[in-house]
Amino acid sequence: MSYMKEFTKGLIKENPNLVMLLGMCPTLAVTTMASNGLGMGLATTFVLVCSNLVISLLKKVIPDTVRLPCFIVIIAGFVTFVSIMLDSFLPDLAESLGVFLSLITVNCIILGRAEMFACKNKVLPSILDGLGMGLGFTGSLIVVGAIRELLGTGKIFGFNVAPDFIEPMTIFILPAGGFFTLGCVIAILGVITRKKPKKPDCAACPVRESCNKTESREVT
Amino acid sequence: MELVRNLMVILFTGILTENFILNKFYGICPFLGVSKTTGGAVGMGLAVTAVMVGASAVTYPIYHYVLVPLHIEYLKTICFILVIAAFVQTIEMVMKKHIPPLYKTLGVYLPLITTNCAVLGVTIINIDSGYSFIEALMNAFSGGIGFLLVMLIFSGVRERISSCDVPKALEGTPITLIAASLTSLSFVGFSGIVDGIFGG
Repeated sequence: MSYMKEFTKGLIKENPNLVMLLGMCPTLAVTTMASNGLGMGLATTFVLVCSNLVISLLKKVIPDTVRLPCFIVIIAGFVTFVSIMLDSFLPDLAESLGVFLSLITVNCIILGRAEMFACKNKVLPSILDGLGMGLGFTGSLIVVGAIRELLGTGKIFGFNVAPDFIEPMTIFILPAGGFFTLGCVIAILGVITRKKPKKPDCAACPVRESCNKTESREVT
Repeated sequence: MELVRNLMVILFTGILTENFILNKFYGICPFLGVSKTTGGAVGMGLAVTAVMVGASAVTYPIYHYVLVPLHIEYLKTICFILVIAAFVQTIEMVMKKHIPPLYKTLGVYLPLITTNCAVLGVTIINIDSGYSFIEALMNAFSGGIGFLLVMLIFSGVRERISSCDVPKALEGTPITLIAASLTSLSFVGFSGIVDGIFGG
């Protein structure tokens, strides 16, 4: 049963994007259309599952002191694989995701899950954790993307759904609309789950130690 | 003259119309995380600018003189991220040993930068846009200055927000994002300014 929990926790309760506030850059950048969000989400999910799998297999081999560079190389390898695949089979999607496809490498969700979960757990839970987190990320990308696409162009997944007399609000597909929509979605999710929106979850962040130093410096 | 004009166009585009944070969404994590105080924002902005220019200067020759002759361009993501990680480590160590005052000011921000997508992003954009070496450096510099500028402006906005009475549901990150949205909107006002000055 606990396997089920590893999978479902990423979907809403510990949604990496909307609750833990990791990986904000792609969430804002590629969500001008719901279909881009879906593509980006699935590409990230694939990398996340594969890297969790490999890292949990190698957790005894990788020395502790150089684990972050090792994780990054493993992740970058899968990212390269995904971007070559998308380039050849879905060139349109690859073009609209642009440089953010390569930037999956530095998505903090993937490094965060490697650091928090995969390097401490067995293979099967790690795969399920990666799958749940990835689908949670995909879900939030689709939600943000659908809202922006609907309000900004009157379409969802490219299909016209809004009546003609409603003028689309172009601002929602501008960068400003991205920030606004994401802020509202996080606030609404916080109200629904009756939890106060958290600060960025530092426990999941691979560079939290140096960040804590930064914080304490700012106070003094 | 042509080169100078190109460089100026890249500089102003990077700072005003194609701002790294507000238009291209690189480096949102430090933007939301470290922009609470002005000191932190400036420190982070300066460190990012330095690392971006340095990383561009290192990765550009590696791409053109190592990866291209060997026909392994597809390895650029792996290669660049390793170079950036090593580069950040190196300047951290050199700074600690030789310029301790600077290390005290900027050193704490350096490890955060390795996983900052602005740095990997700018090196890849330099290659994808076919910039020359000088243009690539200028692109990194203008991106960094744009980053610094927005961090600075936004730290002021956040200090103001922290003394405001915010609706309970919006407290924390949501209000920060909405404030970022308004800041981004104000930068839309710059659209066309580069073409206006330099005649397209």
